[in-house]
Amino acid sequence: MKPTAANDVFRALADPTRRAIFEELIRQGEQTVHALTRYADVSQPAVSKHLTVLKRAKLVQHRRDGRETHYRAQPAALAPVADWLRLYGAFWHERFDRLEALLERMEP
Amino acid sequence: MSNSAETTTRTLVIERVFSHPPEKLWRALTESPLMAQWLLKNDFVPVAGKKFQFRSEPMPQWDGVIDCEVMVVDPLKRLSYSWNALGLESVVLFTLTPAEGGTHLRMEHSGFRADQQQAYGGAKYGWQRFFDGLERLLDGGAA
Repeated sequence: MKPTAANDVFRALADPTRRAIFEELIRQGEQTVHALTRYADVSQPAVSKHLTVLKRAKLVQHRRDGRETHYRAQPAALAPVADWLRLYGAFWHERFDRLEALLERMEP
Repeated sequence: MSNSAETTTRTLVIERVFSHPPEKLWRALTESPLMAQWLLKNDFVPVAGKKFQFRSEPMPQWDGVIDCEVMVVDPLKRLSYSWNALGLESVVLFTLTPAEGGTHLRMEHSGFRADQQQAYGGAKYGWQRFFDGLERLLDGGAA
Protein backbone atom coordinates (compact mmCIF):
# COMPACT_ATOMS: atom_id res chain seq x y z
CA MET A 1 0.00 0.00 0.00
CA LYS A 2 0.98 3.63 -0.46
CA PRO A 3 1.29 5.31 2.94
CA THR A 4 0.61 8.77 1.49
CA ALA A 5 -2.64 7.47 0.09
CA ALA A 6 -3.62 6.04 3.47
CA ASN A 7 -2.96 9.37 5.16
CA ASP A 8 -5.02 11.26 2.57
CA VAL A 9 -7.88 8.77 2.77
CA PHE A 10 -8.01 8.87 6.57
CA ARG A 11 -7.90 12.65 6.57
CA ALA A 12 -10.53 12.95 3.86
CA LEU A 13 -12.93 10.65 5.68
CA ALA A 14 -12.36 12.29 9.06
CA ASP A 15 -14.79 15.06 8.10
CA PRO A 16 -18.50 14.18 8.40
CA THR A 17 -19.60 16.35 5.43
CA ARG A 18 -16.99 14.78 3.16
CA ARG A 19 -18.00 11.34 4.37
CA ALA A 20 -21.63 12.19 3.56
CA ILE A 21 -20.70 13.43 0.06
CA PHE A 22 -18.64 10.32 -0.60
CA GLU A 23 -21.44 8.04 0.59
CA GLU A 24 -23.96 9.90 -1.55
CA LEU A 25 -21.75 9.36 -4.61
CA ILE A 26 -21.49 5.65 -3.77
CA ARG A 27 -25.28 5.40 -3.47
CA GLN A 28 -26.31 7.58 -6.41
CA GLY A 29 -23.49 7.16 -8.89
CA GLU A 30 -22.24 10.18 -10.81
CA GLN A 31 -23.51 13.56 -9.56
CA THR A 32 -23.03 17.20 -10.52
CA VAL A 33 -21.63 19.74 -8.08
CA HIS A 34 -25.09 21.36 -8.07
CA ALA A 35 -26.82 18.15 -7.04
CA LEU A 36 -24.24 17.52 -4.33
CA THR A 37 -24.65 21.08 -3.03
CA ARG A 38 -28.40 20.52 -2.68
CA TYR A 39 -27.75 17.22 -0.91
CA ALA A 40 -25.03 18.40 1.47
CA ASP A 41 -26.88 21.60 2.42
CA VAL A 42 -23.73 23.72 2.54
CA SER A 43 -22.51 26.41 0.11
CA GLN A 44 -21.22 25.44 -3.33
CA PRO A 45 -17.68 26.72 -2.60
CA ALA A 46 -17.67 24.55 0.53
CA VAL A 47 -18.75 21.51 -1.50
CA SER A 48 -16.07 22.25 -4.12
CA LYS A 49 -13.45 22.43 -1.37
CA HIS A 50 -14.57 19.09 0.06
CA LEU A 51 -14.51 17.55 -3.42
CA THR A 52 -10.93 18.77 -3.89
CA VAL A 53 -9.87 16.96 -0.71
CA LEU A 54 -11.70 13.80 -1.82
CA LYS A 55 -10.07 14.09 -5.25
CA ARG A 56 -6.61 14.37 -3.68
CA ALA A 57 -7.32 11.19 -1.74
CA LYS A 58 -8.43 9.63 -5.07
CA LEU A 59 -11.80 8.85 -3.48
CA VAL A 60 -13.57 10.68 -6.34
CA GLN A 61 -12.94 11.35 -10.02
CA HIS A 62 -14.39 14.18 -12.07
CA ARG A 63 -15.19 15.01 -15.68
CA ARG A 64 -16.33 18.27 -17.27
CA ASP A 65 -19.39 18.42 -19.47
CA GLY A 66 -20.04 21.95 -20.70
CA ARG A 67 -20.46 24.15 -17.66
CA GLU A 68 -21.16 21.25 -15.30
CA THR A 69 -18.58 19.16 -13.48
CA HIS A 70 -19.62 15.61 -12.69
CA TYR A 71 -18.16 13.61 -9.83
CA ARG A 72 -17.99 9.88 -9.38
CA ALA A 73 -16.89 7.79 -6.35
CA GLN A 74 -13.81 5.56 -6.56
CA PRO A 75 -14.43 2.94 -3.85
CA ALA A 76 -11.14 1.20 -4.70
CA ALA A 77 -9.39 4.14 -3.03
CA LEU A 78 -10.60 2.73 0.31
CA ALA A 79 -8.10 -0.12 -0.02
CA PRO A 80 -5.49 1.50 2.28
CA VAL A 81 -8.12 1.77 5.00
CA ALA A 82 -9.05 -1.87 4.53
CA ASP A 83 -5.36 -2.77 4.79
CA TRP A 84 -5.10 -0.77 7.99
CA LEU A 85 -8.09 -2.53 9.50
CA ARG A 86 -6.81 -5.94 8.46
CA LEU A 87 -3.40 -5.36 10.02
CA TYR A 88 -4.57 -3.74 13.21
CA GLY A 89 -7.35 -6.33 13.42
CA ALA A 90 -4.73 -9.07 13.39
CA PHE A 91 -2.64 -7.12 15.91
CA TRP A 92 -5.48 -6.82 18.44
CA HIS A 93 -6.66 -10.41 18.01
CA GLU A 94 -3.16 -11.62 18.77
CA ARG A 95 -2.94 -9.26 21.76
CA PHE A 96 -6.29 -10.51 23.07
CA ASP A 97 -4.87 -14.07 22.97
CA ARG A 98 -1.90 -12.88 25.00
CA LEU A 99 -4.25 -11.13 27.43
CA GLU A 100 -6.14 -14.37 27.90
CA ALA A 101 -2.90 -16.21 28.64
CA LEU A 102 -1.84 -13.51 31.10
CA LEU A 103 -5.17 -13.71 32.97
CA GLU A 104 -4.60 -17.45 33.39
CA ARG A 105 -1.17 -16.80 34.92
CA MET A 106 -2.31 -14.03 37.27
CA GLU A 107 -3.31 -14.59 40.90
CA PRO A 108 -7.12 -14.61 41.21
CA MET B 1 -19.34 -0.38 0.18
CA SER B 2 -22.73 1.28 0.63
CA ASN B 3 -22.64 0.86 4.41
CA SER B 4 -21.82 3.80 6.63
CA ALA B 5 -18.19 4.86 6.30
CA GLU B 6 -18.25 5.42 10.04
CA THR B 7 -18.60 1.75 10.83
CA THR B 8 -17.03 0.09 7.82
CA THR B 9 -13.94 2.11 7.17
CA ARG B 10 -12.84 3.89 10.30
CA THR B 11 -13.58 1.78 13.36
CA LEU B 12 -12.18 -1.56 14.40
CA VAL B 13 -14.16 -3.47 17.04
CA ILE B 14 -13.01 -6.63 18.80
CA GLU B 15 -15.10 -8.31 21.49
CA ARG B 16 -14.41 -11.32 23.69
CA VAL B 17 -15.74 -12.82 26.92
CA PHE B 18 -12.98 -13.70 29.38
CA SER B 19 -13.75 -16.16 32.17
CA HIS B 20 -12.28 -13.82 34.78
CA PRO B 21 -13.84 -11.12 36.98
CA PRO B 22 -13.79 -7.46 35.87
CA GLU B 23 -11.38 -6.59 38.72
CA LYS B 24 -8.72 -8.91 37.31
CA LEU B 25 -9.22 -7.76 33.73
CA TRP B 26 -9.04 -4.13 34.86
CA ARG B 27 -5.65 -4.79 36.49
CA ALA B 28 -4.32 -6.32 33.26
CA LEU B 29 -5.58 -3.29 31.34
CA THR B 30 -4.26 -0.60 33.69
CA GLU B 31 -1.16 -1.85 35.56
CA SER B 32 1.89 -0.94 33.51
CA PRO B 33 3.94 -4.15 34.11
CA LEU B 34 0.92 -6.32 33.31
CA MET B 35 0.14 -4.28 30.16
CA ALA B 36 3.72 -4.88 29.06
CA GLN B 37 3.14 -8.62 29.25
CA TRP B 38 0.25 -8.73 26.80
CA LEU B 39 0.25 -5.43 24.87
CA LEU B 40 3.46 -3.39 24.62
CA LYS B 41 6.13 -1.91 26.91
CA ASN B 42 4.82 1.34 28.35
CA ASP B 43 4.96 4.03 31.04
CA PHE B 44 1.19 4.17 31.52
CA VAL B 45 -0.42 5.66 34.63
CA PRO B 46 -4.21 5.40 35.01
CA VAL B 47 -4.87 9.14 35.31
CA ALA B 48 -6.93 11.07 32.73
CA GLY B 49 -4.85 13.69 30.93
CA LYS B 50 -1.52 11.91 31.52
CA LYS B 51 0.66 11.38 28.47
CA PHE B 52 2.50 8.08 28.05
CA GLN B 53 4.17 5.95 25.39
CA PHE B 54 3.99 2.41 24.11
CA ARG B 55 7.25 1.07 22.76
CA SER B 56 7.41 -1.63 20.14
CA GLU B 57 10.43 -2.97 18.26
CA PRO B 58 12.35 -0.09 16.64
CA MET B 59 12.75 -0.27 12.88
CA PRO B 60 15.21 1.50 10.55
CA GLN B 61 12.96 4.52 9.99
CA TRP B 62 10.82 4.34 13.10
CA ASP B 63 11.78 4.39 16.77
CA GLY B 64 8.78 2.17 17.56
CA VAL B 65 7.17 4.77 19.81
CA ILE B 66 3.40 5.21 19.99
CA ASP B 67 2.45 8.48 21.72
CA CYS B 68 -0.65 8.29 23.86
CA GLU B 69 -2.71 10.31 26.29
CA VAL B 70 -5.11 8.89 28.84
CA MET B 71 -8.64 10.08 28.04
CA VAL B 72 -11.02 8.10 30.26
CA VAL B 73 -10.42 6.07 33.43
CA ASP B 74 -13.73 4.75 34.77
CA PRO B 75 -12.62 1.90 37.08
CA LEU B 76 -13.88 -1.56 36.14
CA LYS B 77 -15.96 -0.07 33.32
CA ARG B 78 -14.18 2.06 30.74
CA LEU B 79 -10.63 2.91 29.71
CA SER B 80 -9.68 5.08 26.77
CA TYR B 81 -6.46 6.58 25.39
CA SER B 82 -5.32 8.26 22.23
CA TRP B 83 -2.92 6.26 20.03
CA ASN B 84 -0.67 8.31 17.80
CA ALA B 85 1.81 6.52 15.60
CA LEU B 86 3.61 7.89 12.56
CA GLY B 87 1.35 10.84 11.99
CA LEU B 88 -1.93 8.98 12.29
CA GLU B 89 -3.88 9.71 15.43
CA SER B 90 -6.52 7.29 16.65
CA VAL B 91 -8.37 6.40 19.83
CA VAL B 92 -8.58 3.12 21.72
CA LEU B 93 -11.57 2.47 23.98
CA PHE B 94 -12.02 -0.57 26.24
CA THR B 95 -15.46 -1.27 27.71
CA LEU B 96 -15.94 -3.94 30.39
CA THR B 97 -19.32 -5.50 31.16
CA PRO B 98 -19.95 -8.29 33.67
CA ALA B 99 -21.05 -11.40 31.78
CA GLU B 100 -22.17 -14.91 32.69
CA GLY B 101 -19.11 -16.50 34.32
CA GLY B 102 -16.76 -13.66 33.48
CA THR B 103 -16.32 -10.34 31.77
CA HIS B 104 -17.21 -9.12 28.31
CA LEU B 105 -14.45 -6.93 26.87
CA ARG B 106 -15.06 -4.67 23.89
CA MET B 107 -12.12 -2.92 22.25
CA GLU B 108 -12.86 -0.13 19.80
CA HIS B 109 -10.01 1.39 17.82
CA SER B 110 -11.21 4.41 15.85
CA GLY B 111 -10.74 8.00 14.83
CA PHE B 112 -7.74 8.28 12.55
CA ARG B 113 -6.83 11.77 11.67
CA ALA B 114 -3.50 12.81 10.31
CA ASP B 115 -1.32 14.73 12.73
CA GLN B 116 -0.61 18.10 11.15
CA GLN B 117 2.49 18.58 13.29
CA GLN B 118 4.38 15.67 11.84
CA ALA B 119 6.74 16.22 8.91
CA TYR B 120 4.91 14.67 6.02
CA GLY B 121 7.91 13.12 4.30
CA GLY B 122 9.03 11.47 7.50
CA ALA B 123 5.59 10.11 8.19
CA LYS B 124 5.30 8.47 4.77
CA TYR B 125 8.12 6.00 5.00
CA GLY B 126 7.50 5.41 8.66
CA TRP B 127 3.86 4.46 8.14
CA GLN B 128 4.87 1.91 5.53
CA ARG B 129 7.51 0.48 7.84
CA PHE B 130 4.98 0.28 10.61
CA PHE B 131 2.71 -1.93 8.52
CA ASP B 132 5.64 -4.00 7.28
CA GLY B 133 6.74 -4.45 10.87
CA LEU B 134 3.30 -5.48 12.01
CA GLU B 135 3.12 -8.03 9.24
CA ARG B 136 6.47 -9.49 10.24
CA LEU B 137 5.41 -9.47 13.88
CA LEU B 138 2.17 -11.25 13.19
CA ASP B 139 3.66 -13.60 10.64
CA GLY B 140 0.39 -15.07 9.47
CA GLY B 141 -1.36 -14.74 12.84
CA ALA B 142 -5.14 -14.91 13.06
CA ALA B 143 -6.78 -12.06 11.18
